[in-house]
Amino acid sequence: MSTPMSDPLTPVLTRHWRLPRSWSLQTYEQTGGYQALRRALTAHPDQLIQLVKDSGLRGRGGAGFPTGMKWGFIPQGPAGPGAKPKYLVINADESEPGTCKDIPTMLADPHSLIEGCVITSYAIRANFCAIYVRGEALHCIRRVRHAVDEAYAAGYLGRDVLGSGFDLEIVVHAGAGAYICGEETALLDSLEGRRGQPRLKPPFPATSGLYAAPTVVNNVETIATVPAIVQGGSDWFRSMGTEKSPGPKIYSVSGHVERPGQYEAPLGITLRSLLELAGGMRDGVPLKFWTPGGSSTPLLTADHLDVPLDFEGAVAAGSILGTTAVMVFNETVSVPWAVLKWTEFYKDESCGKCTPCREGTYWLVQILERMVHGRGTPEDVDAMVDICDNILGRSFCALGDGATSPITSAIQYFRQEFLDLCAEQPAKPADLVAAGGDR
Amino acid sequence: MTLPEGTPEMNSPAPVAPEERVWRSGGEGSPVCPAFDELTRQRTKEIISRYPQSRSALLPLLHLVQAVEGYVSQDGIRYCAEALEVTTAEVSAVATFYTMYKRTPRGEHLVSVCTNTLCAALGGDEIYARLQARLGVGHEETAGEPGTTGSVTLEHVECLAACDFAPVLQVNYEYFDNQTVSSAEALVDALRRGERPPPTRGAPLTDLTTVSLELAGIFPALAESVQGSSVADETLRGTQLAADRGWVAPAMPDLPPPWPDLPEKG
Repeated sequence: MSTPMSDPLTPVLTRHWRLPRSWSLQTYEQTGGYQALRRALTAHPDQLIQLVKDSGLRGRGGAGFPTGMKWGFIPQGPAGPGAKPKYLVINADESEPGTCKDIPTMLADPHSLIEGCVITSYAIRANFCAIYVRGEALHCIRRVRHAVDEAYAAGYLGRDVLGSGFDLEIVVHAGAGAYICGEETALLDSLEGRRGQPRLKPPFPATSGLYAAPTVVNNVETIATVPAIVQGGSDWFRSMGTEKSPGPKIYSVSGHVERPGQYEAPLGITLRSLLELAGGMRDGVPLKFWTPGGSSTPLLTADHLDVPLDFEGAVAAGSILGTTAVMVFNETVSVPWAVLKWTEFYKDESCGKCTPCREGTYWLVQILERMVHGRGTPEDVDAMVDICDNILGRSFCALGDGATSPITSAIQYFRQEFLDLCAEQPAKPADLVAAGGDR
Repeated sequence: MTLPEGTPEMNSPAPVAPEERVWRSGGEGSPVCPAFDELTRQRTKEIISRYPQSRSALLPLLHLVQAVEGYVSQDGIRYCAEALEVTTAEVSAVATFYTMYKRTPRGEHLVSVCTNTLCAALGGDEIYARLQARLGVGHEETAGEPGTTGSVTLEHVECLAACDFAPVLQVNYEYFDNQTVSSAEALVDALRRGERPPPTRGAPLTDLTTVSLELAGIFPALAESVQGSSVADETLRGTQLAADRGWVAPAMPDLPPPWPDLPEKG
C-alpha cells in the first residue's frame, strides 16, 4: 500500500516538465539544477553509495535491482580489480513494448539525467560514461547531446568538474535498431562495436563489463532520480512508496483509456487509481486485460485492479512490475491475436544466440498464426505451454523468458478463448479482423 | 559475400590508440570509394577519438557511411573496416544485425509504422495496410526512385516507445503521433509531392541522410534542431493533473540531511 501521507501523484522527476524550454540548462539551473552535484562533490564517494543504499532506490529498467548495492559491487582500491578503469553506462535503449517513460524524460529534462550521471560516476569512481540511446529516439539524442554540450561549457563535465579534481567524459551513443540491446550485456557488446548479443553471467558487468572492466549499467529513470535523493535525503525519498519499493515512479498508461499519458505516482499505486486518474476506460468499454510493465510482464485481468503496483505486489499477483508500462486493452481485443503480435515481436528480436529462444519463438509464432487463422487444435495450447517451459530459464538473457510471459499468462486466464478458436473452425476471417481491429 | 579487394590481414594491422593513428587517406590501391571525402575522414577521426577503444566507433561510423551514400554499401563496409582496422567480415556482421542500417538505396524519407500490439489494436495495422496500398509498396520497399525528391521507403516496425500517443509512425525518426488512416495517407501524399510536414514531436523534417549524420553524432545545426517540439498533452497529463489538484511530492527538508557514516570496510 502506498504511504497514506503522500498525494495520489507525486511529481519529482516530472516536476519541471511543464516549464518553457524545460530541457535547457538555463531552466534547469533556475529550478535548482546541479545543486545536488555541488553537494555530492563534498561527500566521500562511499557516502553517496551508502546514501543510495539507504534510500532503497531500485532500478527502474524493469528488474528492480537495488541501485546502491549495484554501485557497491564495483571493486575499488589501488591494486587488483579496483585498479582498472571503471565505467558508467546508461541504458536509454527504451524499446520494451508499452514502455515510453525514458524518452519523454530525456526530451523534457535531459539535465537531470546528466547531473545523475556525474554524481553516479563520482560515486563509483568512473571517468567515462556512455549514454546509449535508442537510435530511433532521434530527438532525445539531440536533447541529451545538447545537454552534454551545455554541461561541458558550464564546467559540470570534463576535466576537474567544478574544481573538485574529478574528471568525467560523457559520450552520447546512438543505437541502430535492436530491442536486444536493452539487455545490459548485449548493450555492452553493442557499445563495443559488435552485434548486440547477451553475454553469459557471471561474470557480471560489475567486475567484467565494458572493455572487461568494472561497469555499472543503469536505466535513465534510475539515474535521473539520483539528484533528488542527494538533495532530499533517504528519509524524504522513503516518504513515498512502500518499504521495499520506495520512491516515486513514472507510470506510462496507454491503450483503451480516456487520457493516456505519463503519471508519476508513489510506487504501490493500483490500476484502479491509475484508471481514475486517466479518466477511466475509453467510451466505457470494459477492461479485459493489461500489463503492469511491458509485454514481458505476465498479463493481468480485471480481477487485479487492486494489486499494488510495486515490485512485491506485482510478483505476488503472478506478474512482474517491469517498467510500469501499463498497457490497457478492452473487451474488443482478441487475446490470442494480441499474443500472436507480441510473439512475432520476440521472434523478430531474438538475437539468435541461444537455441531455445531462437527456435522456440519461431515455432510459437507458427502455432499462434494457425490458431488465430482458425486452424489450431486444443493440443496446440498444450504444445505452447510445453515450448514455453523449454524456453523459460534456458537462455542467456531474459528475452526468451519475456517471450513466454504473454503466452503462459494468456493461457492461464483466457484458455477458453484459445479453445473457442479451435472449436469454431473453419474460422470466419471477418470476425478475426473485427476481434483484433481498431478501437 | 565476395570481397573484390582486400584481405583480413591487410585490414588488421596492430592496433594503435586513436590519437596516434596515421590516417591512410585512400592512397594508391585503396579500395575506398571517393564518396568518403576529406570531410568524412575528418568526421571519422572525430568520432573515433570519443571512445576509449576505437572499435566502439563502429555503430556511429556505419551511421556516417549511411549519411554519405544513403545506405551501407560494400564500399561503406570497407571504409569502416579500414578506419577501425578490423576485418570487413566483422563490419558486415554488425551492419546486418541492426535494422537501421539499410543495405540497399533508400528513399528521401523513411516512413516507419508501428504495428506492435498496442498500436495495432488502436489502428496501426490498418494504417500500415493502407499506406502499402497508397504507395504501392511492401515492407522496406521504396515508392519513387531511391534518393530522389519525394521518394518514400515504407517499413513496419516494432514498438516506437510512444504508446501513450498510439497509433504512431515516424518519418526519418521524427514522431507523428495519434495517427489515423486519413492523417497518415495525407502525410505520405505530402511527402511524395516533395513537401515536409512538421512532426508532432521532433525537429523539422529533413531527409534520411541528414538524420543519419546526426545519428553518427555529427550535428551541423544542433542549436536549431534541438528546439523542435517535444511537449505534448500526453506527456504532461500527470503533472498537469497534479497541478490542477494541488498534489505534490512531500517537501524536501529545508537543509539536506547529513551524509551517512562511511560504511565499515569489510
